[in-house]
Amino acid sequence: MFTAILDGIFNGLSVGSVLLLAALGLAIVFGLMGVINMAHGELMMLGAYTTFLVQNAFKLLGEPWTNFYIFFAVIMAFIVAALMGLVLERGVIRYLYGRPLETLLATWGVSLILQQFVRSVNWVMIAGLIVFCLLYFGGLWAVKKRPDFERIRHWAITVLLTLSAAIAWAVGSVLSQTYKLAVTKPWFGAQNVDVTAPKWLLGGLPIGNYQLPYTRMFIMVLTVLCVLAIYWFLNKTPWGLRIRSVTQNRNMSACLGIPTQKVDALTFALGSGLAGIAGCAVSLLGSVGPNTGQNYIVNTFMVVVVGGVGKLVGTIVGAMAIGITDYIIGTGILANLFTSIQPLADFFTFFATTSMAKVMVFLLIVIFLQFRPAGLFPQKGRTVDA
Amino acid sequence: MAVDIAVERTRIDGSKRRSLMVEAGIVLAVALFLILIVPLLLSDFRLNLMGRFLALAIVALGIDLIWGFTGLLSLGHGVFFTLGGYALAMHLKLQIPPTASSQLPEFMSLYGVTELPWFWQPFYSFPFTALAVLFLPGILAGLLGYVIFRNRIRGVYFSILTQAATIIFFNFFNGQQKLFNGTNGLTDFRTLFGLEVNAPGTKYGFYVVTILTLVVAYALCRWLTSGRFGRLLMAIRDDESRVRFTGYDPTGFKVLVFAISGALAGIAGALFTLQTGIISPNSMNIAFSIEMVIWVAIGGRATLIGAILGALVVNFAKSLLSERFPDIWLFFQGGLFLLVVMFLPDGIIGWLRQNGKNWFRQITGSRQIATYPSLEEDPEVEYERKNIGD
Repeated sequence: MFTAILDGIFNGLSVGSVLLLAALGLAIVFGLMGVINMAHGELMMLGAYTTFLVQNAFKLLGEPWTNFYIFFAVIMAFIVAALMGLVLERGVIRYLYGRPLETLLATWGVSLILQQFVRSVNWVMIAGLIVFCLLYFGGLWAVKKRPDFERIRHWAITVLLTLSAAIAWAVGSVLSQTYKLAVTKPWFGAQNVDVTAPKWLLGGLPIGNYQLPYTRMFIMVLTVLCVLAIYWFLNKTPWGLRIRSVTQNRNMSACLGIPTQKVDALTFALGSGLAGIAGCAVSLLGSVGPNTGQNYIVNTFMVVVVGGVGKLVGTIVGAMAIGITDYIIGTGILANLFTSIQPLADFFTFFATTSMAKVMVFLLIVIFLQFRPAGLFPQKGRTVDA
Repeated sequence: MAVDIAVERTRIDGSKRRSLMVEAGIVLAVALFLILIVPLLLSDFRLNLMGRFLALAIVALGIDLIWGFTGLLSLGHGVFFTLGGYALAMHLKLQIPPTASSQLPEFMSLYGVTELPWFWQPFYSFPFTALAVLFLPGILAGLLGYVIFRNRIRGVYFSILTQAATIIFFNFFNGQQKLFNGTNGLTDFRTLFGLEVNAPGTKYGFYVVTILTLVVAYALCRWLTSGRFGRLLMAIRDDESRVRFTGYDPTGFKVLVFAISGALAGIAGALFTLQTGIISPNSMNIAFSIEMVIWVAIGGRATLIGAILGALVVNFAKSLLSERFPDIWLFFQGGLFLLVVMFLPDGIIGWLRQNGKNWFRQITGSRQIATYPSLEEDPEVEYERKNIGD
């Protein structure tokens, strides 16, 4: 009885820590800019694929290195996802501030593109992309120097866009004609890829008659480290101070000379990087596919809704609460508790599957929102009515 | 003076009525064209696709009501769509010939169900099914809307919650093999009213019914959005707080419009199921619900024609592109989302309304210098200028 509850809490915490890791970046970005990033799941997926690549690279290096690839992978996942986030912010989201619903749609579009990109990425595509970027942005940079740039802007962009796209396309087809399958074969393809945890993460810590896998513990430690790092960054560094002040009042911060655009870009990159780390963690739990991100986004959104955007604590509590409730209902522990009361036991048995537990958790969240519509820790003060 | 105003009023009413008549005429002509001419032009396969997409256009109308006019982005219309589909599919599954060995839908005996579950019973009757198609999604939407809007939860939160609801229902239907055949959904329909579902004549009948329903749905939305109710919806979209300060309670209106839009999705789902011959939890996945939003966005928000047009254009593009290059479709769709949000926020119709005239003039070379043509021609503005202006 007691061990069952302990088991539930421990497992719930480990489910919750994955959720927390995934939701952390989302919550920070949402709190700061009011933007829900639907591509957050795909940034996680990018992190997971980066882990896969790093793992394969370290396999080439040989024995002592393979054991420690995971540390390098965490860092690489952070960097790759953060760079992607930065591109996303500078290229798309920057133009959509103040229009949260449109941002939602645009980031969904980005997530579709990223999913398909991972499925069909190959050398030809990479080469084409590089050629396109070089030509287009190089050309734009050259044209921008002309004094009459504003006047010819429209034409310049249209011509450059079509020209560089056409050249990139041509380069791509020439490459695929000459090298055939070597360059047209997709890197990952549509099927899932597997990341194997290093040897020292296999196995688990026995607790009673149950084993706690080391990978889960690794993820929990990783989560704690991330939360501490974010806490330190937000509260003890000058940029953290700027982020917090923009979160509280954007206009006032801008008036006081805080570069809000830089803050936005930085925060978005940071949030995306955290998604990358989450992806790295997720890759240890199961195989990784183009749809990996989709499985997590809705739950992470729920964490943000429950936690509110005012404080970091809200996200932590929200993630843990959802994780534990989900696990306890899903495994039927509650049904076992109430065996003496038949209707209650039947009720909980009905919900004692993974998918039905989600139904129950959603109902509970909706009920919870009846009492705390803005989440556990809402933004204090006079909020702007958007 | 009073007589003058009365005369003016009737003049305005007259001109409004005339433009309404013109619109009704155009709608009727298009409907007749779709019913009579299009079947001659398209192959059976494409005609069936056309019918499906027209059914999807009905959902698009619902989304336009809730998003384009009221400003609430629902990512959960797949749920209502699928519920409508399931309601009709349950009726179709119960059309078992009395000679059959088992009087249960065949999947049930596979899972060892011996007795029809209680909530399947009423679906023997068609009137009940028809009501269920309409009211099941409608009431569900109303309930969901009530618990969300009551607390002034809105904006992105509303979108996230509706999206979560989609996942929840997806899980629920996926998990219930014994009740709804789980992932496989309900399919393999035979008869409706004793008619073969797959006979060409019946299929054409479904096509015609879809068009008629679309016309009725269009008329309903037009009526809802043209009067005071429509103005209120747009006011909620533009500034909800101000609506509240002027003494209205937006909650009721939002719940109502969400329910109507859910019911429209339900009908669309039923018609879609009739023409595809299958309904499964797959149509409740997140992607499909968001896709519905993009149809409206492409066509033009807050323009009913735009919603219909968008649904047709995007879906035909999808079927053509994914037949030829299956890989490209997702890139294309993603690009469509970005494009429409960043460069074409008013959609095709909105863009035409704003720039179409000038563009046309530029091409034809006829330049007109007119400052505010729309104001000059608007009878209401003219009327106000005459009576109130000075």
